[in-house]
Amino acid sequence: MKSDLARNEILDSVRKSLRVSNKDQQRKRVVLDHLRYHKRNLIPQRSIVDGVNLVELLTHYLKGQQANIIRIKNKEELPAAISEFLKLNNLPSRIRCGNDPHWDAIPWDQKPSLERIIGPANADDRVSLSLAFGAAAETGTLFLLSGPENPTSNNFLPETHIVMLQSSDISGPYEDVWTRLRKTPQYPAMPRTVNLISGPSRTADIEQTIALGAHGPRQLCVIIVEE
Amino acid sequence: MEPKSQFFLDRSSQALNNRELQDTFRKVGGGFAKKRGEARAALPEFDQLRDEARDIKDHVLENLDLYLEEFEKNVLNSGGHVHWAKTDQDACAIIAELCEKVDARTITKGKSMITEEIGLNDYLENAGFEVVETDLGDYLIQIRGEGPSHIIAPAIHLNRKQIEQDFRTRHQSFPADRVLDEPAQLVAEARQVLRNKFLESDVGITGANFLVAETGSTVIVTNEGNGDLTQCLPRVHIVVASIEKIVPTLEDTSTILRVLARSATGQEFSSYTTFSTGPKKAGDPDGPENFHVVLLDNGRTEMLGTEFQEMLRCIRCGACMNHCPVYQAVGGHSYGWVYPGPMGAVLAPSLLGIDRAGHLPNASTFCGRCEDVCPMRIPLPKMMRHWREREFQSGQTSAIQKAGLKIWAYFAKRPRLYHFASRQASRLFATVAGRKSYIRSIPFDSGWTAHRDLPTPQGRTFQELWEADKERQEKS
Amino acid sequence: MNPEIERPQVGLFVTCLVDFFRPNIGFAAIKLLEMANCDVEVPKAQTCCGQPAFNSGNRPDTQEIAKQVIATFSQYDYVVAPSGSCAGMLSKHYPELFRDDSQWSEKAVDFAGKVHELISFLVDVRGLNNVGGSYKGTVTYHDSCSGLRELGIKEQPRQLLRSLHGLELRELEECESCCGFGGTFSIKYPEISNAIVTRKTNDIGATNADLLLAGDLGCLLNMAGKLSRDGKRTKVRHIAEVLAGMTDTPPIGQKN
Repeated sequence: MKSDLARNEILDSVRKSLRVSNKDQQRKRVVLDHLRYHKRNLIPQRSIVDGVNLVELLTHYLKGQQANIIRIKNKEELPAAISEFLKLNNLPSRIRCGNDPHWDAIPWDQKPSLERIIGPANADDRVSLSLAFGAAAETGTLFLLSGPENPTSNNFLPETHIVMLQSSDISGPYEDVWTRLRKTPQYPAMPRTVNLISGPSRTADIEQTIALGAHGPRQLCVIIVEE
Repeated sequence: MEPKSQFFLDRSSQALNNRELQDTFRKVGGGFAKKRGEARAALPEFDQLRDEARDIKDHVLENLDLYLEEFEKNVLNSGGHVHWAKTDQDACAIIAELCEKVDARTITKGKSMITEEIGLNDYLENAGFEVVETDLGDYLIQIRGEGPSHIIAPAIHLNRKQIEQDFRTRHQSFPADRVLDEPAQLVAEARQVLRNKFLESDVGITGANFLVAETGSTVIVTNEGNGDLTQCLPRVHIVVASIEKIVPTLEDTSTILRVLARSATGQEFSSYTTFSTGPKKAGDPDGPENFHVVLLDNGRTEMLGTEFQEMLRCIRCGACMNHCPVYQAVGGHSYGWVYPGPMGAVLAPSLLGIDRAGHLPNASTFCGRCEDVCPMRIPLPKMMRHWREREFQSGQTSAIQKAGLKIWAYFAKRPRLYHFASRQASRLFATVAGRKSYIRSIPFDSGWTAHRDLPTPQGRTFQELWEADKERQEKS
Repeated sequence: MNPEIERPQVGLFVTCLVDFFRPNIGFAAIKLLEMANCDVEVPKAQTCCGQPAFNSGNRPDTQEIAKQVIATFSQYDYVVAPSGSCAGMLSKHYPELFRDDSQWSEKAVDFAGKVHELISFLVDVRGLNNVGGSYKGTVTYHDSCSGLRELGIKEQPRQLLRSLHGLELRELEECESCCGFGGTFSIKYPEISNAIVTRKTNDIGATNADLLLAGDLGCLLNMAGKLSRDGKRTKVRHIAEVLAGMTDTPPIGQKN
């Protein structure tokens, strides 16, 4: 059966089963209101914290999922922090990242040995750098948005993924991040991809033993900028 | 996948007598159940969230037509396409056509139960495409030619040795003397093998845990990142989802996400939860050029408005089977199709018919643990009982069973006759047993006494003794 | 806790299994109820709660049996059964059976309100927290599924067991796991039932307890039968027998 015919058949079938009519305006109003006001449901107490506690909560959960956390005072310290991390992990001093305008304010020339390649990752890239839009401390969940600033493939192809996050962008519950996204003028509509990332890639498909780096990054490093 | 649920008895018997399989199950043990318990204990609002999740889905189902229309509208607004499929064959045909249109050769797949349900892989392979499962568990069973035995851990029935054997046989390009003793080594090899497939893929097909009506987004919940590589690298991203996956808003999705991973694996949240909306935007350096959502009915509209409507709340977490004594004993393959355990016992008869899947709702002790742990509060035992009622009404219960129950009911409705018969039977049993406290075998019974002794009755019924006591008291 | 009625009239729902296999449990139940200041009657017109028909999908016969039960027991203040599954059937499923029956719906709901499982009745309604007496030995306890999940029976039996002097309670690793009885399930799917009860009896063996207790005779017959077939040493009784100090009768499946 062709899609258009199927569409009508399926919708008619739903209405028949529910014993409702397409003409019922009251129902339509209820649904449209629900969508329009997108009311919040219960928010767990644990995510209703603020300030320093948000950073600690986020850190607690990310560490629990084997992510690395580095805290820096201001974004000027970023190049040094990245270099240090790469050296410590025997990784080449070469990172893939998007053309996020936030990178323009970073003093990359302080670490000239750190090579930055702009664009979406390819198979040879071993390390990538992204800027997180925000995070929900509730479960240590980063929110990354697709786009030229932070290509989605950078979140998944390289073995090591470094994410920079402003501490002021950390929220408690997921709902606060969605609210923020809706209000951000740069995103009048949902981006193609919103990745909620709570740890490195993992699988327990072989004898329930956790192994990291199933297909996505084996290592996730989150650099939290306090200022 | 050709359903074999009607062979449940044979299949479960084979599973019970398969030593290697039982060893594997023993190692799995109550691990998932333990983790789920810990996750629940760590979140005081967990049970309240389950109530809210239930209410959200109930609201959606009551307004499913309207929410589907809103979802479709928003997918179209974001530049995506929506296709509607009444049956599994319709869905397969639509997807094959989409792949043909772009001259696809290699198709990668994220983990998707719905594509198992419709038999998509076979259909596409018959049409000449190369189909690669990228979820590690799915890959492990694909190379064995098996179906999944669990809805989130499809290869849970395999042990490390079996997987090593499969890899050595299949992956010929690696040095034969390489070490594969540890799961981590096997995972690293799979990662290497599949990486090229991700990169050469023309079409990526995923399922959807949720379809968000508010934004026209599809959501996948994974840990490996394979679903994300599947849907971001190829030119075309196709999402296949049954119509009840709709959730109204991002807020509602957040609520249900809070109970999903915790119920499934005991994680607070999965490593990757991804919201996809439309194809790549102008200026995006990566992402698919085309985004298609295939909405599938395949029997769901027939469940609406019936006593099985609540089953449509299922979010495919697997908690029910993780806690089911029957599933844990016989494993997922015994159920003979895509959906095993308690949720399969309710859903399979709806989709396959009670004549084919009849054993599934009957092979339950109604212990109730499934309902106890279901994040969406689905009354699974009650619905299994409804299937038994339908069988009874349509005369599908076995003749012997029906006759036996009829005789029993005849007596049960007539207390005096019942008590008389009980007294005789009690005496008879006790006499036959003689001095033995157990009856070791009963003629024509291969059920109880095949594996257990039957304790001998005391010899007199309670009613009998109570009456005798009362008479004695009255006389004295 | 102050019991509401000073000396209530209790109708004992014996259960078909107790009536047929082990009257001792019925007598133990009566002794305990009298200890809790109840007047106990055992109406003759009772046979079965109807579970076998109900779980086989036979609603019409179940409804007929249920009507009989409701009519027989409506005169009592309370209806008490030494079985979680029977009490669950009477209190949780009878109202659902008659939901669409205008004549019987209210009766079923009223009746259901009076129904209690024995142990939970003693503790939750009669406020009994000590049965006095003693039991010298190690005991393990199986939480029967219906009692646990339909009626919330978990702490009450343990509370009363702990009040027995000399009793050592050893918990099963998987005390809340099904024993594999499931009524007709044990006969229709015997191999699977056997696998489940084997897991349970291995768990019981690991405690090395002298005695296994539970509140449902179906479960007890199943587990006792398996323990005996496998030659394991743990004996089996209904919890009421131990609480009432009525352990002269040999354990389930033992002769003196």
